[in-house]
Amino acid sequence: MTQKHKKNRNVGIIGIGQTIYSSHREDVNQPEMIHEAVEIALKDAGLTIDDIDCVVHGNMELFQMVQQPDCWHTIGTGAYGRDQFRLTTGGTTGATLVAASDNLVASGMYDIVLAIGFEKLQEGHTTGGITNMADPLWGRSLQTGALTGATAGEMIEEFGEDRAKRAAMRHRVIMDKHAVLNPNSHRSFGLEFEQIDDLMKNSPPLVGELRLIHMCSQSDGACAMIFACEEKAKELSDRPVWIRDHIAVHREETFTMFSSNKEMRPEITQRYAARKLFERNGIGNPVEYFDVFEMYDPSSWWGMDWLKNFMLLEGDEHLKMVEDGEIMIGGRLPVNPSGGVVAANPIGATAMARVAEAALQVRGDAGKHQVPGEVNHALASGFGGTFWTVMTMLEKNLDWQEDNNG
Amino acid sequence: MLTKRVAICAVAQTPFVRDMWYKRFQEMCFDVVEPILKETGANFDEDTGIRNVITCSDDVFDARTISDNAVTDPVGAHYRGEEKVSMDGCNALGYAAACILSGHDDVMLVVGHCKESQPESRDMCTNLAFDPFYCRPVGLDNTNLSALQARAYIERSGITEEQLAEVVVSSRRNAAKNPVANEKGQVTPEQVMASPMLCDPIRALHAYPVSDGAVAFLVSSAERAAEFTDRPVWITGFANCMDSYFPGDRDLAGTEILARAAKRAYRMAGVNDAAKDFDLVEVNGAFAHQVPMWLEGLGVCGAGGEFISAGGLDDKKVNLSGGMLSGNPIMLGGLARAAEAVLQLRGEADGRQVGGAKRALVHGTTGPAGQHQAVLILEN
Repeated sequence: MTQKHKKNRNVGIIGIGQTIYSSHREDVNQPEMIHEAVEIALKDAGLTIDDIDCVVHGNMELFQMVQQPDCWHTIGTGAYGRDQFRLTTGGTTGATLVAASDNLVASGMYDIVLAIGFEKLQEGHTTGGITNMADPLWGRSLQTGALTGATAGEMIEEFGEDRAKRAAMRHRVIMDKHAVLNPNSHRSFGLEFEQIDDLMKNSPPLVGELRLIHMCSQSDGACAMIFACEEKAKELSDRPVWIRDHIAVHREETFTMFSSNKEMRPEITQRYAARKLFERNGIGNPVEYFDVFEMYDPSSWWGMDWLKNFMLLEGDEHLKMVEDGEIMIGGRLPVNPSGGVVAANPIGATAMARVAEAALQVRGDAGKHQVPGEVNHALASGFGGTFWTVMTMLEKNLDWQEDNNG
Repeated sequence: MLTKRVAICAVAQTPFVRDMWYKRFQEMCFDVVEPILKETGANFDEDTGIRNVITCSDDVFDARTISDNAVTDPVGAHYRGEEKVSMDGCNALGYAAACILSGHDDVMLVVGHCKESQPESRDMCTNLAFDPFYCRPVGLDNTNLSALQARAYIERSGITEEQLAEVVVSSRRNAAKNPVANEKGQVTPEQVMASPMLCDPIRALHAYPVSDGAVAFLVSSAERAAEFTDRPVWITGFANCMDSYFPGDRDLAGTEILARAAKRAYRMAGVNDAAKDFDLVEVNGAFAHQVPMWLEGLGVCGAGGEFISAGGLDDKKVNLSGGMLSGNPIMLGGLARAAEAVLQLRGEADGRQVGGAKRALVHGTTGPAGQHQAVLILEN
């Protein structure tokens, strides 16, 4: 029996602020960078910091080597004198902060919550930091930061070398074509489909067929979002974006459990989370239901493989969606009109930026990377830890309670 | 008002010890989760079981990036949700209450762990809580900022060495009756006042001892509480509050931030007079001077020094667990305080039981010298 999802009260997104994402923000320190995002979000919502009841903050301590950085960052977040929580869950942090804000507002404890995800990866050593995630006895000597080529190997085995490699590179070029339309992007190269053959050969390999061009960057940047209860959201905003539901699915700490034997492997968390979320919200055909999908895609290989799992596709349907350009802005299901994570990855902000970008699409405020047509239903995903997944469903209208579409 | 909508159905603690070298933190978590499952019959069923776990830990103390990754398995979050509150555990309970009230969850685990014995010095860890430009290079850490605070508080309040010593004596006396307390050695006021100066004016015996330990709770909605316990303890109030960052911007000897958190929590729980409305008080003072300071901020007493001299610590049942001064890791200060309050309100506190306890005040702090304050109210 799957229980229907029921909230104590509805929660709307009423403010969004992102800094530019960049490899180096030497012009600002951490609280200053956060303050940029907070200021934009407050302005977007037409609020001042005095309207905020509670601040939610998150990132990874060991990426910048600051313990409990929310204490220092108070001078940039505006948390002084207010309730404040700090939550961290690795790469999913940003999505967890959205989920936490959703919970805190829906609970009735706070009417208006400001959430801030940030990272200034330039100030630390990201790959060293991620490697330090692995168990010091059993996993650390094998861990290569966030780099894993296993998915590439498996897709090559399943779909043939040329088709898999070509599709992964097409995915990468599509993301870049989106990224050049997004003024906040860290990386936008102006890649063309004609370059696919060249990149397949000449982009430096990192692990097997996972090449440098496929992989996400490490970025500096902050994302801030403001959430309000239904009453306040309607009062303060003419275009609130409603959070319909969220789901978190984490798993035990190794990437490798049973991975050499596909038959014994548990269902990938992306598929498990999607199945559960869609089931309890009555979504039968996610590709048709959603108008846009902002996915946390740490590499083009994972982006492509997870499309299959998030959208509950079978066989090579996901490859076809990439090959036929259906994931492009203007396609059947635009994926990452922002350019996605391969375009910018300030880790603690990354998963929140997915929700923020999805919400901008629902509002019609995404500027040059706005998808054509009305965006009523949007999906965002976060990735972290060892295949941890957090998904957020956004809606333009408060109509799902009476009528479950899909 | 929260009324009785969020229930704490069970609590488990490891003993707090100076150095749990024989257990990794994963096993410490397992040690507190297993008895809770056994006691309550809660499980991890996909639809009706625990579908979200709130963990509480700190990456720097754990020396692990994303250290909740290491405990996902022992806390049962494999293919379930897990959210880590990386601050004093009191806030993890407050956040769990929000998850239940939101309607998103109806039964959850809250699991906190910390091994302060692991780093060469816990001051090295808390030094990293300061910005790398101004405060970190001059060597500020939780101990020496608390010492500046102690000096400022002594100046402001005129609290005496004898009164501060009494805080420690009382803590150790209570700890002797708490089976999970770390430091149970009895001390006299003279011993406290003659103990070596750690960081002027904080003496060695004024400071909380290094400890390792883990705490877990099962939290549920009111509708489901009866499935897990016939003695639920209700979360009826929670609020927290953040102070400014730079020590010079803060009133280090002041309690305004704590008073603000308390006011919001009291309003939620319908508490009118903190000096009268609680049957016991668990306050998170990691250094002796902080106990009277925080009690003032909470409105439990007027001038802390006089309150101590008048036997207030015993009268108001302050820190029957022994409090931080008998040893909890800093991350778990509020969680260990809440654990004691739950035991008292369930009538399970054995030799230190307060007869007919109905309502408890729990306090937690995060950050250098109590930059962030949290207040939790529990009732049976």
